[in-house]
Amino acid sequence: MSGTHGTTKTAGPAVGLNPTEQPEVAGSSGGGPQIEAVRRRVRELLPAAAVITDHARLRTYECDGLAHYRVTPALVVLADSADHIAAVVRICAEEKVPFVARGSGTGLSGGALPRADGVLVVTSRMRDIREVAPLDQRAVVEPGVINLDVTRAADPYGYYYAPDPSSQQICSIGGNVAENSGGAHCLKYGFTANHVTGVEFVTPDGSVVELGGRAPDSPGYDLLGTVIGSEGTLGIATAVTVRLTRKPEDVVTVLAGFPSTDDAGAATSAIIGAGVLPAAIEMMDALAIEAAEAAVHCDYPDGAGAVLVIELDGPAVEVRQEFDEVERLCRDNGAFEFRVAKDDTERALIWRGRKSAFAAVGRISPDYIVQDGVIPRTSLPAVLRAISEMSASSGVRVANVFHAGDGNLHPLVLFDESKAGQAEAAEEISGKILDLCIEAGGSITGEHGVGMDKSAYMPRMFSEDDLDTMQMVRCAFDPDNIANPGKIFPTPRLCGEVPGRHKGEHPLARAGIAEIF
Amino acid sequence: MAVDALLSAGQSLAAACDDVREATDTDAVDGVHPRFSARPGSTAEAAGVLRAAAEHELAVVTRGAGTKLTWGTPPERADLVLDLTRMDAVLDHAAGDLVAVAQAGCPIESLQRTLASAGQRLAIDETLPGTTLGGGIATNSSGPRRMLNGTFRDLMIGTTVVRADGVIAKSGGRVVKNVAGYDLGKLMTGSFGTLGVVVEAVFRLHPLPADVSVLVAQARDTGEVAAMVRAVLHSEIVATAIEVDWAVTGGGEIGVLLEGTVDGVAARTTTARALLAGAGAPDIQVADQPPAWWGRYPTGTLLKLTCALSAVDHLLREAARLGVSVRGSAGSGVLYGGLPADADVPDTVTALRGVCVAAGGSLVVLDAPTAVKSTVDTWGPVAALELMRAVKQQFDPHRRLSPGRFVGGI
Repeated sequence: MSGTHGTTKTAGPAVGLNPTEQPEVAGSSGGGPQIEAVRRRVRELLPAAAVITDHARLRTYECDGLAHYRVTPALVVLADSADHIAAVVRICAEEKVPFVARGSGTGLSGGALPRADGVLVVTSRMRDIREVAPLDQRAVVEPGVINLDVTRAADPYGYYYAPDPSSQQICSIGGNVAENSGGAHCLKYGFTANHVTGVEFVTPDGSVVELGGRAPDSPGYDLLGTVIGSEGTLGIATAVTVRLTRKPEDVVTVLAGFPSTDDAGAATSAIIGAGVLPAAIEMMDALAIEAAEAAVHCDYPDGAGAVLVIELDGPAVEVRQEFDEVERLCRDNGAFEFRVAKDDTERALIWRGRKSAFAAVGRISPDYIVQDGVIPRTSLPAVLRAISEMSASSGVRVANVFHAGDGNLHPLVLFDESKAGQAEAAEEISGKILDLCIEAGGSITGEHGVGMDKSAYMPRMFSEDDLDTMQMVRCAFDPDNIANPGKIFPTPRLCGEVPGRHKGEHPLARAGIAEIF
Repeated sequence: MAVDALLSAGQSLAAACDDVREATDTDAVDGVHPRFSARPGSTAEAAGVLRAAAEHELAVVTRGAGTKLTWGTPPERADLVLDLTRMDAVLDHAAGDLVAVAQAGCPIESLQRTLASAGQRLAIDETLPGTTLGGGIATNSSGPRRMLNGTFRDLMIGTTVVRADGVIAKSGGRVVKNVAGYDLGKLMTGSFGTLGVVVEAVFRLHPLPADVSVLVAQARDTGEVAAMVRAVLHSEIVATAIEVDWAVTGGGEIGVLLEGTVDGVAARTTTARALLAGAGAPDIQVADQPPAWWGRYPTGTLLKLTCALSAVDHLLREAARLGVSVRGSAGSGVLYGGLPADADVPDTVTALRGVCVAAGGSLVVLDAPTAVKSTVDTWGPVAALELMRAVKQQFDPHRRLSPGRFVGGI
């Protein structure tokens, strides 16, 4: 069982469209005196194999899964240990040089886009699974460990790691922590933040702190919950304690064909409304089905305007009850085909169409933009209709593939960059889709993160005060703004002088009545 | 002069909020007597009150129903009690989206009543009668259902906060899946009112189960507890909660809560009974209501005890040896200890804290008589304390929000 969206290959090449819009990251040649000092000190400290300075090799790290943004880092460090990371970050802090952390580099928002004037700290060599403790329902892993490898390590004990981003075969736990990754099954099981109980964490001054631990509810502020999803702007996780989940007794996967996305959306609402909480409900529209069919021959129902992939899991008898309910509600809402996977092979076939959708779209269109907006589930039919109308009136084709259960849309806006005006038209539609999401009370990103890509949209979702308040956290962790600067927030907050603890005498004390307070 | 300063502060507060009065003895916060009490009726009024408090440099303690005002350490000072009980509305229940929006002063029980009419609930237990959402968020209080559903930090998806300077800030939103920006809700959860005032929150909801059953088994020693908890926890029946109630005499009960469809609960109850019997339970009762001790804190000086799951039986054994009765979630490693009035609290706390810390957890003295509190280390060792101080410095540089109530004197 697995989710479904972008991999390194599937990221749209054209988000943002204009490389000249990123002067802050693209400007420097990386040859300033500070970075020179960092380069020298890091080389003295770390083994030669852990430090990359050769330009051709540096260029292999110029982008993450969102290949449109490219910046060659001044220096790459392939860290082997938390000590390496802490030492490099400490040097960066002393020289006031920015650093960016990177795991497997599969992110789809440019979150791991390097800085030309900074250090890229790569954690992918830190791949030890330090401990699997089934009796504690925990595993302790290094940040470079691949998501799926945690599940593989837990499997012999009857456990798995629940968050399952579609890139789970290649994405790293460290990256998952940075992005608060979800996946197709987070509808029922939640996100990374709900499944990580502790991290060893290097703060932007190079200190190593423990946030959380093996037991829940560590005393003090929930800094663990604060750093998960902070996209590398508060520091770098160097070890992660994850919660393991008991494997379900039964899993049932269903493919339902509907005449239209309206019908499939109504079925989704009816299922949730009936109190059934499937592990996943995924939707694809006709264009996405067409692409998947051409690419992987997944044998989806002919003539479907939309399909739902629904997965139910849990105790067998509960799954059976839910299954009956889901079948009835799908048929009541117009499903003309309702197919149940009889075994793992058929389950894999059903998921194959959904999982391959992004790559498949690449076959029917030379270029495309992936969005990640979220809407309240009940707004699905209206928003899908609006997208369809925009597509019809502009002539820009939009394929829809998404997590219907939680309203997380992944519209794929298709275009051909070689044809004049198409890229601009696609970008315009893409932005309008995000506006639709915000107007419907949703979010600009459900799981891909803000990163470099969507920071310009943050003020559409949050007020200046909201963003300012978030950045107070940033100022507490990183007053010099060296941890992945330029990501998430469109405008950095100046942290300024740290104000005094209390200025002067309390007015009531001055009044001579302080003792009563 | 004194009168002038007070008058001036009082006038500013009254101008910001139409329900401001001089505080009385009933407004005391853990023995500390404030000057004023303000009960804002809206977020805008609450912001006005906090602006006025900032202007006059008043120390502010926020309260809801007041069920946990004596938790933590007493505030160093309190000039103003910000009482949120007027802000008690359920602002929206989007049943189709399984989302609800409520004001912080809304009692958990009252929100649950509204949600139940649409067959839904917030999957969080009310551990003290009358507890408000804001009080639950400020203390991150949790009950038996946390094992399956998590706590406020997991179920709050959007948060509106009024900062110490009166600025209103939001984070998160109204959709469950959302990674835009920092999650300030988690930072506020469990912060005891020391970073800002949560005035409004958005929650992820769950459907009410069609059926419920509770199995209760006697355990004669902690070996039996370990065997029973393990059998249920590592099975595929997906219990909602596994609780233990353990007496200082070294005996007690295990409770297992199952929720789901009618047929599903019936079948899983049969399985659970067999699992418990297989683990040595001599006598198993099945009911549709939990036992009286379920989800209630033990009496006496109240300790919060956490540990790795595999160490729960060890913790119970050591607690009994030290004269501490224990109750709580054996399935998540979050338990509560009760110490009798005549106990030697400091020594017991030190010894039991050692056990918790060695087992990957912690011990916090949640609630105790003032005389006892002054003799113990309430919070114990706290990792990353300097980072926490830096966060506090950003959000409340003049230390006016519940000063001294939290870890490390924050």
